[in-house]
Amino acid sequence: MSLQVELVSPERVAYSGDAKMVVCRTTAGDIAFQPGHIPLIGVLQTHPVKIIGEDSEMTVAVHEGFVEVSAPDADGNTRITILSDVCELADAIDVDRARTAKERAEAALLSDPNDPGAQSALERAEVRLSVLEAS
Amino acid sequence: MPGAQERVLRRRIGSVQNTKKITRAMELIAATRVAKAQLRAHEARPYAEHITNVIQDLAAGGAQVDHPLLRPVEIPEKIGVVVMAADRGLAGSFNSSVIKAAEREVQAARSGSKQYALVTVGSKPADYFRFRNYEIEAEFRGFSDKPTFSDAARVAGRVSDLFVNGGCDQILIAYTRFISLGSQEPVVRRFLPLESTEVVATGGDAGATAGFEFEPSGAAVLESLLPRYVEARIFAALLDSAASEHASRQRAMKAATDNAEDLILKLTRKINQVRQDAITTEIMEIIGGAEALADDRGDPEDLLLDHMFSDPFPRHDGEHSRHVIGHDSF
Repeated sequence: MSLQVELVSPERVAYSGDAKMVVCRTTAGDIAFQPGHIPLIGVLQTHPVKIIGEDSEMTVAVHEGFVEVSAPDADGNTRITILSDVCELADAIDVDRARTAKERAEAALLSDPNDPGAQSALERAEVRLSVLEAS
Repeated sequence: MPGAQERVLRRRIGSVQNTKKITRAMELIAATRVAKAQLRAHEARPYAEHITNVIQDLAAGGAQVDHPLLRPVEIPEKIGVVVMAADRGLAGSFNSSVIKAAEREVQAARSGSKQYALVTVGSKPADYFRFRNYEIEAEFRGFSDKPTFSDAARVAGRVSDLFVNGGCDQILIAYTRFISLGSQEPVVRRFLPLESTEVVATGGDAGATAGFEFEPSGAAVLESLLPRYVEARIFAALLDSAASEHASRQRAMKAATDNAEDLILKLTRKINQVRQDAITTEIMEIIGGAEALADDRGDPEDLLLDHMFSDPFPRHDGEHSRHVIGHDSF
């Protein structure tokens, strides 16, 4: 029994591999998946997704999207697919760009605290930076 | 001294050779780009497949399939046509064939006294339709040869808006389907409303036992899923179109290079012939002139040529040749 994880972005398959557990945040709250989880389709928030393997842990920046847990196959393997416009592994993140984006978003929010563009930009930048810290 | 005609031909060969260099370079560039575009189209496939699967699972899981993007129409009143072609030409019939296909749809809508809305992707279709005074609802340019997902998202956003709020009951999409390197086909597909019956029916009862759970709810998942599905389909069409563009350009430029080679060969033959003619004419003139001189003097031994060569015309006639030598030594 294992968990087959696939991170799929529109331009390519960002990651695919086995894991013990996957933790992510749907719009209804945090949720963790282990092998044998009930089939589920969830809408993801902009939040880091944790993929915990046998002896390693990986964090990926996921900016909205979906998680689909399909029914276990005959061997009891559960497939998890995360579909997202942006799936960034730590090594694909540009630190400086994320920092400047964060500063810019914060500056924009100072002048207009309700700017939705700046709010989501800040969210994205923070997710990127937290993924970098975790790696 | 080359004649006027020869000089003109030489200049033409030069210009054809320059053109050939350019077309050869474009051919090679297109060849590498088509490989890249194919790879991108290939890499984008999993996302589109997965998202279709999720929608089918969603339908199988018993989610309410009721969404503006799925709203079916009996008789469309206003038809949206999305045309995807290139920003640049020199790609054979790539642009014109997809533009023609789109124009046919617009004409059909017009003759059926329906309204139409045109969305163009790429500079060529925009210029074409603007020149012919078609009304263009939205145009996108600058990314036809290397579309990114965010480009696709922009197009998809505009197109969905046109369908949901812009009064279009049906959206058609005209693009070039990439079949293989050697064959691409301009197609017109119905794009919106999404074929809910098809999408839902295929997943119908296969997954009914799967019993999916939804977070937060089926309707909410569908709500955020369908726009992504639209984006993924637009993106797939854009990538197909880009790969086709490069393949068409490669073929067009290969043909142009071959043509240039043929032309150079022909012109070289022509130039040789012209040169040969010029030489022949010159010889004829010299001989004519010499004969005229000879006729004047009435004595062949007074030919100028005799002074230039010690033995200009070896003769079999021994007596005569001795006579010439004797004349020379004099």
